Amino acid sequence: MNQRFWTGRRRDNLAGYLFIAPQLAGSILFVFVPLALVVWYSLHEWNVLAGTFEFTGGANYEQLASDPRLPGVLAATGLFSAGLVVLNLTLALLLAVLLNQKLRGTIFFRTVFFSPVVVSLVAWTIVWGFLLQDNGGINGVLSWLGIAGPNWLRGEGTAMISVIVVQVVKNVGLNMILFLAALQGVPANLYEAARMDGASRWRQFRSITVPMISPTILLTSIITVVGSLQVFAQIAVLTQGGPGTSTTVLVYYLYQQAFQFHHFGYGATLSVLLFAIVLTLTVVQWQMRKRWVFHES
Amino acid sequence: MSLRAKTAMYGLLCVLAIPFIFPTWWMVTSSVKPVSDIFAFPPSIIPSAISFDAYRDVFTLQPFAQQYWNSMYIAIVVTIGTLCVASMAGYAFARIKFPGANALFLVILTGLLIPSEVTIVPLFQMFNSWGLIDTHWPLIWVPIFGAPSVLATFIMRQFFLALPNELEEAARMDGLGRFAMFRQIALPLARPALGAVAIFTFLHSWNLYLEPIVFLSSSEKFTLPQALTQFVDAYGGPMWNIQLSAASLTAIPVLVVFVIAQRQFIEGLAHTGLKG
Repeated sequence: MNQRFWTGRRRDNLAGYLFIAPQLAGSILFVFVPLALVVWYSLHEWNVLAGTFEFTGGANYEQLASDPRLPGVLAATGLFSAGLVVLNLTLALLLAVLLNQKLRGTIFFRTVFFSPVVVSLVAWTIVWGFLLQDNGGINGVLSWLGIAGPNWLRGEGTAMISVIVVQVVKNVGLNMILFLAALQGVPANLYEAARMDGASRWRQFRSITVPMISPTILLTSIITVVGSLQVFAQIAVLTQGGPGTSTTVLVYYLYQQAFQFHHFGYGATLSVLLFAIVLTLTVVQWQMRKRWVFHES
Repeated sequence: MSLRAKTAMYGLLCVLAIPFIFPTWWMVTSSVKPVSDIFAFPPSIIPSAISFDAYRDVFTLQPFAQQYWNSMYIAIVVTIGTLCVASMAGYAFARIKFPGANALFLVILTGLLIPSEVTIVPLFQMFNSWGLIDTHWPLIWVPIFGAPSVLATFIMRQFFLALPNELEEAARMDGLGRFAMFRQIALPLARPALGAVAIFTFLHSWNLYLEPIVFLSSSEKFTLPQALTQFVDAYGGPMWNIQLSAASLTAIPVLVVFVIAQRQFIEGLAHTGLKG
């Protein structure tokens, strides 16, 4: 009886469930239950210090809609993400194209451009914070060239530019090697045919390279957008959200509200907003795939 | 390619390389400059005198060796745990046809869109109610089972999908069970994918900052990223030479390993799963 019940198929099914059980149970406990809780908490007024936890319905969302700092926070988040994604993808593609030429020493440069990826994020940020001081290394070098550099981290525009550049240099190597792998997968005969037809290099890039690597462009842009919305350490170390709130991105604001001001309910509401933004941007990009991604492997 | 084009290309590569190399150079050289020199004007690219005082202070001001160990062992445990969880789940989703596999895979995949920044408030509350605040457990459990391991599962699945069926047919003939097939056949073949997953899992854990500052409060429990920012003077201003020494100690060993193994590092990451 027992022998007959445990047919090969049943045993295989059981094996399947057992194999995924740790991941599934873990996802439920540490991802999906917390996500449900975040929504639940967002409907409550919860002050950890005062020990109050009361159901208030949409009160936190009303506060969200009328929070005078929120437009600035969303603007900073949008500016950071847009600047980061554009600069990161452009630079990654440029570096990948340069390294894809038949040149000696590309392995050396590939190592150089990738190396910040393996440097501890906070160590990297501290060094840049040091370089970007008013009397720091960057302004020192600029003064050699006769330029009086600004106080990078204390000016509203320059602080945002600084955090974007620090983050791009840190992580661009990752997208660079994904692009490089994609470029190496483009069949060489396509370029030969285009050259026969007299297509310029730029035309070849636009009409062959970009369409052929568009699945990778999609993938890297989704990863980079989602990653850009999670930025925290760089802001906390370099600018603490300042000057004013010019670099207070959503995760940093969420951290301040929940863990510095102890407004867990409002912090949870900001988390819901963050999740909604991540979800929307990913869905939009995924939809755009049909429009401009050339083929899917 | 013409000589001119080549020269232009090299020129461009060298200029672009500056922001990638200079910070590390500046970090290490400034960390051994005497305090009076680190903001010297004009800046000295090569230190005039060398002093290791700041390195001594790194270890006297905080239990830095302990913090180094904390970061190291947490990252290693997280890496091993993720490899186990993700390779098993990835294998099952790729090679075993069981009812609901596709739906369950999609459900787990949505975890990628729920980073722990979104769930940090309830995670704090959960670990608080279990009495695990100011322990390393949250830093171990959440990455092994949360969004980072979902990406690992995805990569492992992509890899296992590409394995030829014949291997398993032969193993089945030999009477191997599922677990034996997984361990003796699939896993040894998956070395490149496991390597790539191990690298980015280790780095992810090594870089964590929000989680440790939320979950940990006593300095002997701190991880490196958190410890680096604690070298401040009485006014809360950074003690630059000490921060830079600690940053060098944090960054250089990993950089050395990377430079030695850069080919495996980069090609492993480039050619595994992420492309699909």
